[in-house]
Order: sequence, then structure tokens, then C-alpha cells
Amino acid sequence: MTTTNSTSPRPNSRRGDAQERGGLLVEGVTLTLGDGDATITALDDVHLNVAPGEFVAIVGPSGSGKSSLLAVAGALTTPDAGRVLLDGVDISRANGREKARHRREKIGFVFQSGNLIPALTTLDQLRFALDVAGKRADDGYDPRELLDRVGMGHRAGHRPHQLSGGERQRVGIARALVTRPAVLLVDEPTAALDRARSDDIVTLLAHETHEANVATIMVTHDHDVLHHCDRILSMVDGRLSE
Amino acid sequence: MFLAWRELVFARARFGLMGGVVALIATLVVVLSGLSSGLVNDGVSGLQRLPVTAFAFAEGTKTDSAFSRSTVNVDQAKAWKSRADVGDATPFGNMLVNAKAVTADGVQVPIDLALFGVEPGSFLAPAVSAGAGLGAPDGIVVSQTVLEHGLAIGDTVVIDRLGTRLKVVGTTGDQRTFGHVDVAYLPLRSWQQVHAGAGPGDEVRDGAYAEATAIALRARDGNRIDLPGGDAAAGTTSMTLKESFGASPGYSAETATLTLIQVFLYAISALVVGTFFTVWTIQRKHELAVIRAMGSSTGYLMRDTMIQAAVILTVSTAVGFLIGVGGGTLLTTTPMPFALEVPPLVLAALLLIGLGLAGAAAAVGRIVRVDPLAALGGQR
Repeated sequence: MTTTNSTSPRPNSRRGDAQERGGLLVEGVTLTLGDGDATITALDDVHLNVAPGEFVAIVGPSGSGKSSLLAVAGALTTPDAGRVLLDGVDISRANGREKARHRREKIGFVFQSGNLIPALTTLDQLRFALDVAGKRADDGYDPRELLDRVGMGHRAGHRPHQLSGGERQRVGIARALVTRPAVLLVDEPTAALDRARSDDIVTLLAHETHEANVATIMVTHDHDVLHHCDRILSMVDGRLSE
Repeated sequence: MFLAWRELVFARARFGLMGGVVALIATLVVVLSGLSSGLVNDGVSGLQRLPVTAFAFAEGTKTDSAFSRSTVNVDQAKAWKSRADVGDATPFGNMLVNAKAVTADGVQVPIDLALFGVEPGSFLAPAVSAGAGLGAPDGIVVSQTVLEHGLAIGDTVVIDRLGTRLKVVGTTGDQRTFGHVDVAYLPLRSWQQVHAGAGPGDEVRDGAYAEATAIALRARDGNRIDLPGGDAAAGTTSMTLKESFGASPGYSAETATLTLIQVFLYAISALVVGTFFTVWTIQRKHELAVIRAMGSSTGYLMRDTMIQAAVILTVSTAVGFLIGVGGGTLLTTTPMPFALEVPPLVLAALLLIGLGLAGAAAAVGRIVRVDPLAALGGQR
């Protein structure tokens, strides 16, 4: 078992009180996938503590368990053992309905290629996220202001097919943040982007993590963008290490 | 509703295609409903307009041949009339004849008539909108539709083979048909002569003047008639007015056929809507996974889809009905039996929308099975 218990050089003061201040605490999480002989251990006694305002990158080869960790941390999958505390609340044993509530209230997802809704304009992507969360603009960020902040205010009326890959990712980041989540989970945000745009996107993620004081975990293969992160963890065969 | 409306606008071509199919089905339903109503009018409007609660036929008479096979004795009316729950009872004669109408210009027009023999002055005697009422032995009061064949009050009708001459003295002013044949009321005694096959100057066989097709019964105000009790006392087999419609030639077969076609159309509409939303849901599987990963409840997504279905079904049905009613209005001016009546059209619209929603509901059940985990990874 490899335990990572928060020894990143910065920001030290944040990590100790992750759960009190809305961060993420993963304790001894194990997840197995498949049945019978095909069973694999996707996560093997993983410990992780991400404080509010901290930007953590997780790197590792395909199949190492990075996405499984995101799934467990994002209340998409129930771990076999261990617990996940979000804002001090153990979400790992929640039922489907409670998990959905945790996701819309406390978690923001940034997916590969944005995964925007084709029918919605840029501005409506954010409004829709607020609608799903049952929040008004007063409860979260003002969608227009947030679009301006991520540099997409001038594209508010455009639909996803009218945006470039980098623009879609910027909108995806704004959509994930608009509900003011405690945790931001980012899945390979630069997978479909060139070098310059990748750097732009991760710079934006780092800035918004600190600006919005959100605990961010980014899963990536892209080693060129890691210098923007506060901490870099490595995952191999379901084990997390610094 | 946030996503539902925006998707309707965004994917308007796809929703439009599906809506177009529903609209066409709705138009067909209107046409069939009009045909059904028209056929009902053509088949039994003569019976519908009789102020009758029930008919008492000869004992053992089956529904499908009641009016053509039954012969009762007029005295059986007395047995019925004496019952406390019967307000009135009178003999009723019914037979179909071929005839030729002779107009004032001397032109002969072939015409089929359903002769309703009734006692002048009885509760079956028709009110007339023009001309005179029943009274003269050779006087007939005809359905308005007879006049549409080119006849006029005062013209003569000659019954084929018998040569009996009847004079049109009045009209009911509305459509009264039986088995797609225009009704002509005539005095019961004249009907009995025709029924007995006696032409002018022929001797009428014994007992002919005691015969009728059935005894028409009218309940005392607010009462239902104890038909089995009355049958036992009078030696008849009775059926309500509505049940007697089945005795109109072709009525049951026609209405059953049209009803079957309508049922198929409702089923096809529900299947079309269900199939569309099944495909729509499958196409959006990844998008739905993303939305569920964002924390959307299943109810939120299902509600959204059902709103889409309700909007499409309502708009399409309205458009289809408008087209159907527009075209149907033209059909009402043709000889085709076609009538647009509000109650069956409202029922048809509600059925189309209701069954379409049921089809959509069955399809969107797939949303429950969409795994939000599918949002992770590079599927888009």
C-alpha cells in the first residue's frame, strides 16, 4: 500500500483542514472492478487529502486507476472499502439519490472535450448547470461574469459546434464552477488540445482553483502542464504516490 | 423545461419529422372519426331520432336480423302499455323497398326507401319542418335527404312491383336514414298493405293488418323499463334503442371496421412516439450521462423529456386536426357519409395525446439506466 498523506510543498496550511473548509478527504479507499477471474483492483488503499484552493494533478499510465479515483471522489462509484469525505460528509455510502444531490451541490466536473450540451449556447450551459442544481444565479456565480472571467463572454450566444476545442474547455470549466462547488474534478482536460491551448486551459484551472478556493483534482497524461499544479501525484496499478 | 424547450428548438427538424407523422395520423383519425359519425348517421339516424326507449320484437329474434325478420301482433302493444314503467307503446313497421319517384316534371328517379309504418297521432309520428304531417293513407313524410335526390313535396313515389303510389306530403327537415337508405314515414295501415305485398286493388291477406315489425316502447318519465318482465308478459324479445342499432343493415360491421382502424392508428401513433423517444434517448446517452454526472435527478430528466413529448403531441395533434377538420368540412358537402361531431373528435385528440405520452413514458424509462460514470473518458 502506498499512502499519500499530503506533503506537498504548497500550500501547506490548506491541507490539514480539508474537510472542515470544504475540501476532499479520501481515506483507505479500495475499488475492485469485474467479476471472478477478471477482477482487477482499480484503487488499492488510496489516501488523499485536497484542501480548498489546492490544485492537485494525478498522472499515470492508462488503466492505472486515475479515472476510478475521480469516479469515487465524484460520487459516481461506491468504493468497496474506505470512505470519501466531502465538506465533512461521508459520501461513499450514500444511495443514488443522495449521491446525485452531493454531485449537484458540492462537485463540479470538467470532462474531456468539454462534453457540452449541443442544444445550449455558451451562456445557457451555465444557466442549465444552475437549473440542475436548483440554484439561482445569486446562489452561484453570475453566469455572464464567470464567462467573462474565463474569457468566453464574447461567445455567450454560440453553441458548442461553433467553438474551438479550447473554447469548449473554457466553457466546461465555467459550467463546473458556476454552482460554487467545494471540489472540482477534472478529467484529461487537455487530451484534445495542442500545446499552447493546453497550457492556457491548465493556467485557467490553476487560477480558478485559487480564485474560487475550490479543491481541484486533475487527472492528466500531459506532463507539460504539471508545473501549474500545487501538487503532483502518481498513480500506478491503483496505488497513489507522490 | 429549461433543456426541453431549447432542445425542441435546436433539433426542430427531427422533432418536426416526428410531429409531422403524428399530425398525419391525427388527420387520418379525424377523417375516420368523420366517416364513423357519418356512417352512424347513415345507418341509424332514423332510429336515433325516434322517441323510443326500447323495441319489443317477436320472441326469439336475434339482433342482427331483428328489423327484417321480426313480426309481432299489434295487440302485443296492449300488454306492454299496461305496464307501470311503460309510458306508451305503439306498433312500428319497418321495411326496405325499391321505388321510383316521379317529379312534377314527369322525370322518374330511382330511389330506395326505408318505410317506417307508424300510427298517425302516436308518439312515433314525425314532426315535420315543411308540408303536412301523416294522415292521408297515401301520404308519406320523408327525410330531408330524399329531397336532395331532386324530389319535392307533392311528388309521387311508386313502389316497384306493387305499383303502390305514395305522395310526399312533408319532410322531417333533417337526415333520417336506416341502413344507408332514406326513411319515409307512412301510416301503419298503408305500411301493412305494402308489407303484405298487396298492390292497388289487390286483396290483403288475413291478419296483415294485425302485423308490425316491433312494438316501440317509451318509458314513463324518469323510469327504466323492466324489459325481461315485459317480455315475459307480452311474449316478445326486447332490446334497448341502442342495442337495436345493431339490427341496422351493415351497421355493426362498418362501425367495427372503422373502430379497428382507429385503434390501429392510436397504436401506431403511440409506437411512433415511443420509437422516436427511444432513439432520441439512445442518441443522447452520453449527454444524459454528463447531465446525470452534474447531479441531475432521474425525475428531472424524465420530466424534461415528457414535456417535449407533450409539446410535440399537442402541437402535432392540433395541426393534424385542423387539416382534418378543414378537409372534412369539404367532404360534408359531398354524398359521402361524413359528419364532424365535437365529442368524438375531442375523445380522439385526448386518446392520441394520452397514448403518445404513454409511448414516450415507456421509452424514457431508459434514462433510469444511463450510468453517469459514462461521462468520464474520451467518448466525445
